[in-house]
Amino acid sequence: MMKYFLPLGGFILLCALLFFGLGNDPKKVPSPFIGKPAPAFELPRLYADGETLSPADMQGKVWLLNVWASWCVSCRAEHAVITKLIGDTGIDIVGLNYKDTDDEAKRWLTQFGNPYYAIAVDAEGRTGIDWGVYGVPETFVIDKKGTIRLKHIGPVTVDDLKTELIPLIETLRGESA
Amino acid sequence: MNPLARLILCMLLCCLPLSVTLANIELHDFDSPQQEEDYRELIFELRCLVCQNQNLADSNAELAVDLRRQIYEMLQDGADKQDVIDYMVERYGEFVLYKPPFNAQTLLLWGGPFVFLLLGLFVLFRLVRQNQRETTAKTLSEADRERARALLNEQSEQD
Repeated sequence: MMKYFLPLGGFILLCALLFFGLGNDPKKVPSPFIGKPAPAFELPRLYADGETLSPADMQGKVWLLNVWASWCVSCRAEHAVITKLIGDTGIDIVGLNYKDTDDEAKRWLTQFGNPYYAIAVDAEGRTGIDWGVYGVPETFVIDKKGTIRLKHIGPVTVDDLKTELIPLIETLRGESA
Repeated sequence: MNPLARLILCMLLCCLPLSVTLANIELHDFDSPQQEEDYRELIFELRCLVCQNQNLADSNAELAVDLRRQIYEMLQDGADKQDVIDYMVERYGEFVLYKPPFNAQTLLLWGGPFVFLLLGLFVLFRLVRQNQRETTAKTLSEADRERARALLNEQSEQD
């Protein structure tokens, strides 16, 4: 009897394993940055000639870094959600304009609105590499001490706001600097 | 064309695509042959995270182009191979390595095939043994032989 049930058991086990594997999204690579200090950069600001922006400027408050580009289609869908997040929580979001041209970025912002606290220009994508960015849009949550606490890959949805981002922002705001 | 020549030609043709799978890689000047060697090895060993089943050498995604540039610049600045690998792992995690390192997390990945091999050998061994035992059981004892002979003789006497 055992002889017949053993292969069946193995088969069911394999099915369970494969089914579990189906639920994993291989596009979501866990970021090794969680819990590590945000990589430094010093980038020119869009709309502010001659001024630069660095993560050190944001020290002491909870903030988000949202990587976007005018050529990125899903950033368009995400834009409304980002705007809503700012409206709901008053969070400061720094836009990292990734591999874009200033003219096109400005045209995009004129068309859809500019909700960002400030925008840093990463025309060559070097800061992107430093932050481990491999697909836009990506969003990082940084705490008061300048530590990365969350990386969201792909467009943020309204659902993500409720389940992930807003609760985290509230918790982090409660922490001491 | 004789069949052997045809076979050899066929096998040679199979080797062809291997040499043309590379993406259009930018041309770089290297300071030393060693540096060029390091660069070539790195772009084959590191994964492009946009098209995840390609390495940096195969991929022409923008990120792959940028990462190749990053590797080249790091090597020019005097970094060695391990520095570049550390830099990439620090930013993109171990997933960036096409050849995963051997550690607690990847134990099953590396050891799995050998476990299955042993399991297979064990099953094979058991089957062979079982088969042998059944064959032995089928050999007749001397008493059985005697009985069979007697029965056969009886039969032939009746004929």
